Amino acid sequence: MSTRAVESWTLAPLKQFVAEAGARLVLLMTPAGQVMAQHGFSRAVDVMSAAALGAAIMASTAEIAKQLEQPPFAGLTHQGQAHGIFLGAVATGRGKIIVLVVYELEHSSVGLVQLFFEQLATELAAASPKEGVPKQVLAADFERELSDSLNTLFGR
Amino acid sequence: MTAAAFERALDMVTRVRGVRGAMLVSAADGLVVAEHLMEGIKGPAVAALAGSLSNRLGRAMEAAGVGASVFWHLQGTQGALLVVPAASGILVVAVTEAEVNIGLVRLELLRAAGAVG
Repeated sequence: MSTRAVESWTLAPLKQFVAEAGARLVLLMTPAGQVMAQHGFSRAVDVMSAAALGAAIMASTAEIAKQLEQPPFAGLTHQGQAHGIFLGAVATGRGKIIVLVVYELEHSSVGLVQLFFEQLATELAAASPKEGVPKQVLAADFERELSDSLNTLFGR
Repeated sequence: MTAAAFERALDMVTRVRGVRGAMLVSAADGLVVAEHLMEGIKGPAVAALAGSLSNRLGRAMEAAGVGASVFWHLQGTQGALLVVPAASGILVVAVTEAEVNIGLVRLELLRAAGAVG
């Protein structure tokens, strides 16, 4: 399984998380859905879909929390028959990062993912450059930025 | 089963001298169902790792053809982890000091597992 990163400082914490939590697929992205790193995906189209859906789910749950006058939810878990999905947010020196994790129930569990997610959050916060948040991608640059990211993630 | 009944089940275990804490853990999820732990014991971490171990151990025992696990005893240099799986998929876990009456803890864990169902 390949692990690749657009932002190199995310790579070591991500690799460790995958090994310890037994995750099948992992995606690190900005709240806007820009992919920063991935593990386990073999097709660019899957990464794009997962990033868009993950960012949308986080935005929806953040809005629900706002309606309830609560701080944003720390994590979101959805368990199926054979797989589970975990979504959480991490605060880093480069802004908030959303982490999407897919795990197989036969090899991992929500408890293991939550446990090592805390460690991932700490390590990403420590490893992140402190020089400020990355520039926002403008609509005009979006396609090129997306294409560059996918090229990096899939080694093209 | 009510939260009070879970508490009673854990109470039976923690009353034994040398037991530093007891927990009920969902084996499949690795999540804490109920806990009665001394300060300094990381409940969610123990639960997650015990759940993972239960899954792997179960598969190893199945492969070895020795049936389902009834009791595990993991001895460390500074204590022990004792676990009895209950029929409902709950693990009854005890964290103990190194010097503890293992037989008595095992008995109470089995009783608690029976009560949990």
